[in-house]
Amino acid sequence: MSTRAAAGRQGGVGEAISDVFFARPGLLTLLLLLPPLLWIGVVYIGSLIALLLQSFYSLDDFSGLVVHDFTLSTYGQLLEEANVGIIVRTVAMSALVTLACALIAFPIAYYAARYAKGWKKALFYLAVMMPLWSSYLVKVYAWKLILAKEGILTWIASGLGMTWLLEGLLALPVIGGPSLSFSYIGTFLVFVYVWIPYMILPIQAALERVPANLIEASADLGAEPSQTFWHVIYPLALPGIVAGSIFTFSLTLGDYIIPQIVGNSRLMIGQAVYTLQGTAGNIPLAAAFTVVPMVIMGFYLWMAKRMGAFDVL
Amino acid sequence: MTSPAVRFQNVSRRFGEVKAVDGVSLDIAPGELFAMLGPLGSGKTTCLRLIAGFEQPDEGHIEIFGARADGLPPYKRNVNTVFQDYALFPHMTVGENVAYGLMIKGMGRAERESKAAEALAMVKLKGFEARRAAQLSGGQRQRVALARALVNNPKVLLLDEPLGALDLKLREQMQEELRALQKGLGITFVFVTHDQGEALSMANRVAIFNEGRIQQVGTPTDVYERPRTRFVADFVGSANVLAPDLAGRLGAGPRWVSLRPEKITLLADGQGAPEGWVSLDGRLASASYQGSVTRLAVDAEGVRITAAVPAGSAPIVTGSTLRLAWPKAAMVLLEGEP
Repeated sequence: MSTRAAAGRQGGVGEAISDVFFARPGLLTLLLLLPPLLWIGVVYIGSLIALLLQSFYSLDDFSGLVVHDFTLSTYGQLLEEANVGIIVRTVAMSALVTLACALIAFPIAYYAARYAKGWKKALFYLAVMMPLWSSYLVKVYAWKLILAKEGILTWIASGLGMTWLLEGLLALPVIGGPSLSFSYIGTFLVFVYVWIPYMILPIQAALERVPANLIEASADLGAEPSQTFWHVIYPLALPGIVAGSIFTFSLTLGDYIIPQIVGNSRLMIGQAVYTLQGTAGNIPLAAAFTVVPMVIMGFYLWMAKRMGAFDVL
Repeated sequence: MTSPAVRFQNVSRRFGEVKAVDGVSLDIAPGELFAMLGPLGSGKTTCLRLIAGFEQPDEGHIEIFGARADGLPPYKRNVNTVFQDYALFPHMTVGENVAYGLMIKGMGRAERESKAAEALAMVKLKGFEARRAAQLSGGQRQRVALARALVNNPKVLLLDEPLGALDLKLREQMQEELRALQKGLGITFVFVTHDQGEALSMANRVAIFNEGRIQQVGTPTDVYERPRTRFVADFVGSANVLAPDLAGRLGAGPRWVSLRPEKITLLADGQGAPEGWVSLDGRLASASYQGSVTRLAVDAEGVRITAAVPAGSAPIVTGSTLRLAWPKAAMVLLEGEP
């Protein structure tokens, strides 16, 4: 037997497999993609379809059993006043949280993208990411203590002689309440705090990609800094803002823990789904409720696309 | 007497410890096609940015058509720039890019669109309004950048390495077009380049920069034929820079002298040098054929001398002895200590 044949056999099965993959690169891609495709196709999309199906069933009020007949009556129930209230409340909260996050996040992201260098940049990432490392529940409970009637905010307000301001805020209709931790103001503050990293990071990434010479070119063509901002920086950062707002909006839309811990007793969509599928056993209505955020997000993305938010991508 | 288009009065610009521009004084005449030539980090680009207003001088003053410019931000100067990588706005169409300056000035849509179309026609991109920068080739982007600057009718147009990113064929074509455009418009063009061939072929006058200072300003013929310093002799074209002792023996100096390779001719064996010429015997170290000329590296008197002779003018055998000759006047005395 020649030495060459021996060398050829050295790799054995492994080499043979390599040869097959080399000759057909598509095969390897298929093998690598198969597990995630199965996961997304069966587990993710499959359960989503199951959920959609459930929403077209209805609950027999008498027996409390699910009637497996196709009907739109469950969706009809969404239009009842109490349920519309839940939807409007949740969407309004999500929109306000998103707006506040965008307004607060933009200057931070702008500073980080354009000015922060070296250790300042590291500090920025640390400051933005660190809250994400700690448990969400711990942060929410911490906020409950901060916002409670006997909490640190009340204490600071009295120390500064600002109790009148706090009381004035709490006396406001709808958004006020007995204390910050039992009001929409409190829920709003905690939402903004918890989701803001998801707004800062995409905006920062978008701004980071704006070449400095575009800003110089704009100035060179006669634009004052404010004009450069609106005509160049803002449009180029818009995909980042939209990406961030998709996070903050959908996360608020579906959250059921924050409004339960900090806030008044009026339900948001997530809480409604939680109680309907749990204690109430009304899976069809719970499913119909979960379809609402999906429809809203679909509409939101469609609007964003129409407004040209993704043109630069 | 009209004031110069751009005047630098003893301008310096520091970045930390580094003096990027060091005491530069310079007048650029109206309607001139002016080149700033120098190696990387020589201060030429900083000078361009000082005119544009992206940088402000630490010392000295800059005037644009007689008006003090230092302290003015870029958006208050009637000067426009064609950036090295064009800096076209990716979220706008070609038409919107070109009309940007007019839009900022508050010109109505119809008027600015027609002006943008005119500017695009001028750079031979008629009908490209609706395209996006990403859909254009490098040469087309360059033209858009040019139209975007020129549509504002600037007093001075600044071009930062305008041809650097283009391939050779396109570069030669754009050189021609830029020259024609400048001549037609009569606007002062100032361009920065590290390519001496480009500077010499395009510009009316050239300033040669090194280490933040201007080494020489003059017409292309001036700086090529009569380099003032060793740096200029070496950087503009290629030159033999002869040391003072050798130059002295050849009857020039004793000073550093510059001798262009193409001034040197080969003498046949036994042929004497004509009146007013000097000759030198040497050994041929290597020869490289470059189409129209052959470059010879000749070792003579302990130095290597490069000569460019017409291709095929002599049988070239490495190691053979050659007699080089050139007119005395071809040796240009350079500034600096002997």
